[in-house]
Amino acid sequence: MAAVTERLVGTAPRTRSESGVWSWITTVDHKRIGILYLVTSLCFFFIGGLEAFLMRLQLATPDAHVVSEVVFNELFTMHGLTMIFLAIMPMSIGFINYMVPLQIGARDVAFPRLNALSYWLFLAGGLVLNSGWLLGGAANAGWYNYAPINIGQHVINGVSTNLNPGPDSMGITFYAIGLQLAGIGTLMSGVNFIVTIVNMRAPGMTPMRLPLFVWTTLITSVLIIFAFPAFTADLFLLTLDRLFGTGFFNVAQGGDVLLWQQLFWIFGHPEVYILIMPAFGIISEVIPTYSRKTIFGYSSMVFAIVAIAFLAFMVWSHHMFTVGMGPLVNSVFAATSMVIAVPTGVKIFNWIATMIGGRIRMTTSMLFAVGFLVCFVIGGMSGVMLAVPPADYQFNDSYFLVAHIHYVLIGGALFALFAGIYYWFPKISGRMLDEHLGKWSFWLIFIGFNVTFFPMHFLGVEGMPRRVASYPANLDLRLWNAVATFGVFILTAGLIVFLANLRKSLRSGQAAGADPWDGRGLEWSIPSPAPEYNFAAVPLVRGRDPLWVEKTYGDGHMIPYVPGGAAPEAEAGGHGHAAAEGHGEGGPGGEGHGAGHGHGIHMPNPTPLPFYLAIALTVAAYGTIFKVPEIMVLGLLGTFFFVFRLIYDHDPGHHVLPEEDAG
Amino acid sequence: MIEPSHSGEFGAPRGTYHEATPAENNKLGIWLWLASDCALFASLIATYLSLHGQTLAGPGPKQLFDLRITVTATFVLLCSSMTMGMGLEAAQRCDYRGVLRWLIPTAVLGLAFVGMQVFEFTHYVLQGLTLQVSDFGASFFTLVGFHGLHVSFGVAWITSLLIYVFRKKRVDQADAWRFEAVSLYWYFVDVVWVVIFTVVYLMGKVG
Ligand code: HEM
Ligand SMILES: [Cu+2]
Repeated sequence: MAAVTERLVGTAPRTRSESGVWSWITTVDHKRIGILYLVTSLCFFFIGGLEAFLMRLQLATPDAHVVSEVVFNELFTMHGLTMIFLAIMPMSIGFINYMVPLQIGARDVAFPRLNALSYWLFLAGGLVLNSGWLLGGAANAGWYNYAPINIGQHVINGVSTNLNPGPDSMGITFYAIGLQLAGIGTLMSGVNFIVTIVNMRAPGMTPMRLPLFVWTTLITSVLIIFAFPAFTADLFLLTLDRLFGTGFFNVAQGGDVLLWQQLFWIFGHPEVYILIMPAFGIISEVIPTYSRKTIFGYSSMVFAIVAIAFLAFMVWSHHMFTVGMGPLVNSVFAATSMVIAVPTGVKIFNWIATMIGGRIRMTTSMLFAVGFLVCFVIGGMSGVMLAVPPADYQFNDSYFLVAHIHYVLIGGALFALFAGIYYWFPKISGRMLDEHLGKWSFWLIFIGFNVTFFPMHFLGVEGMPRRVASYPANLDLRLWNAVATFGVFILTAGLIVFLANLRKSLRSGQAAGADPWDGRGLEWSIPSPAPEYNFAAVPLVRGRDPLWVEKTYGDGHMIPYVPGGAAPEAEAGGHGHAAAEGHGEGGPGGEGHGAGHGHGIHMPNPTPLPFYLAIALTVAAYGTIFKVPEIMVLGLLGTFFFVFRLIYDHDPGHHVLPEEDAG
Repeated sequence: MIEPSHSGEFGAPRGTYHEATPAENNKLGIWLWLASDCALFASLIATYLSLHGQTLAGPGPKQLFDLRITVTATFVLLCSSMTMGMGLEAAQRCDYRGVLRWLIPTAVLGLAFVGMQVFEFTHYVLQGLTLQVSDFGASFFTLVGFHGLHVSFGVAWITSLLIYVFRKKRVDQADAWRFEAVSLYWYFVDVVWVVIFTVVYLMGKVG
């Protein structure tokens, strides 16, 4: 078995024969789908950033008129939606896609085609949502889109008036349909990741040996599959209200405006943990690597992740303290909210304890991780302040809240994602990012972020409400608004340096090699970028931080798993050729354990079906938005046609021969 | 070579290593999807419970509901669960004729259920209950109709499976998961119906 003993190290040449657009459209490779997610989310991130930039220009001075009030409403709404649903969440999903199979020693996710479908639906949803800008107005009622504004009504002096009629209010239809599409994609990702992690781990990768990024992915996915349905239902009711004249959120028909809020936040609070959990995971990978220590308190980390996810479902009403639920309900939700800070604190202390006594390398990635610790703690503390109902009556809907969400979302999630970019970019692209430019980008982003958002705490306490297009000069809000806008310029400079860094690295970056950071996990045991089949031989996992274990006790290379017991203590199980019978959603695997069977590793074939399905559903979406029943029905029929094609399409797959790499 | 230590930290895998087959992945995937669908139905049921008192100018549950037709529909759906169970058993035995014998009635019973629902809905609309007239109407039609769509999708799924085996003229062991998946879905839809029957119809008539 020659192939079994081969050692794959170094930077591999691109093994993919095809690289045209069609190969990306038909790909089912988790790594390519991950790259699609990462690139798309970065594009949406810059669109969302542009929207923010315009808002800050408007708010830099009192009584400014950079944009109209109408456009300002669209800007803050679309900014929030873009950042949450189209930038941060998909960027996490991109890393999950690329890294989780590598980290657990798998050759792909459980359902490669479903994975492609998730991506195309996310893209379709993002495009439908944004197409509102061109087709009759973008969403304009805030990212949480409260009733009854979302059905086009505003209550003024107790009289309900329709301020948002006609084409103007189209935006919210785009919201309802676009987010529904993207949400379906996310839901399928959640299912896919859970099955992958539960079923496809390499031999020896027991639950308590999983890298923490894998644990956070698992729990994030659980949050997704239980939280998203509430939003799906909410959006469904909204669609009925707007297009079919039901009155779920319309008091005149017996509706309940709080119903929207309840369902929204039952989803919404778990959603913020869906945003932050993968970030926790990235930080738990980055800090040990650059501290050259195993993570401190692994089991308490796992426990904390699970506890946070559990509690995340019991705190949603802390977003509704001021709607009048009464002191008892408010107190209960205040208590549960504050309890969440405990497991979160456990994590923070574990990260710090991991660094203590470690041999720390302050790379750009590590800088972002430390920046995360600082900013996330600030955001967590303002969160606990917001969780005190009497105080929340003051903070609610003010710039204090804006400061909170940005400290947890930028200083938290985004900084962690940047740490992830600097950490994993060499694995994904095969090239190093420039550390010098990287440090510049970190400091500019870190300083710019704090200069922009820290003053918002003051503005909030001084009473400046969020979501106002302007403020009068006599309110003394000038100074801190000007400072905040100034900060945005620093932040933008940092982002431009980051882009320059990406460009430089992709053109002339230094080759990364398999393991540039002296890494600990399985992803560093294979070439960069990872070959199509990931692992030439399924690795045998002998401990937590599997590669590190081999570096310490072995010869620094993963031992290939040999069914039948050549490897110590490993027993041949019911592994087998059944997997080669991969009907329908056949994942990769099967006979490829040792890759030594002579006919290579079994991999799924590319297919355009997921792409076609997403197009059909998009057609149905536009048919619904513009109330053209024929088109809607046509799109739905197409959707079902492709669903059944996917269920019954037999994918024979193909076999890849791992490259014979001398070494 | 290996220093034995507690299994979480270090050591070769114990026990047998079993690589999951695609069929096992598919089944776990279906379970998760249904778990998620449970949450979706829970949201709609909660919506119904919070709005069903709002009958406004439209008719209310007491005067509308005719338990005879719903009890019949319930009976039909429960029977289809039984035939589905027999069909699954036949599939696991790779019994081609048995699959046809039991799954065709399942699809027909499902279709009958949907037909009764269409009949019921038309009846209500004629009596003045519409999506727009009151939130009782809106939440009723949404919840029950959403379930009806689930049954319809199930019928389409069973039909597609019948066409699939009909073209092969046999049932293979490798196809067993397809039947397990569709039957899981079918049982799930039935259980949800029992909840809806209780919460909407029984409580609507009595409560
Ligand atoms: C210690 C943990 C946390 C606590 C106690 C907490 C508490 C709160 C409270 C009480 C509010 C509502 C304030 C109001 O509407 O008046 C809020 C808003 C918010 N929080 Fe947190 N939070 C915590 C962590 C997080 C994290 C980790 C994230 C996301 C990564 C997050 C994201 C948000 C967002 C996006 C909002 C604003 C929602 C809106 O648009 O109104 N929070 N938080
Ligand atoms: Cu919350």
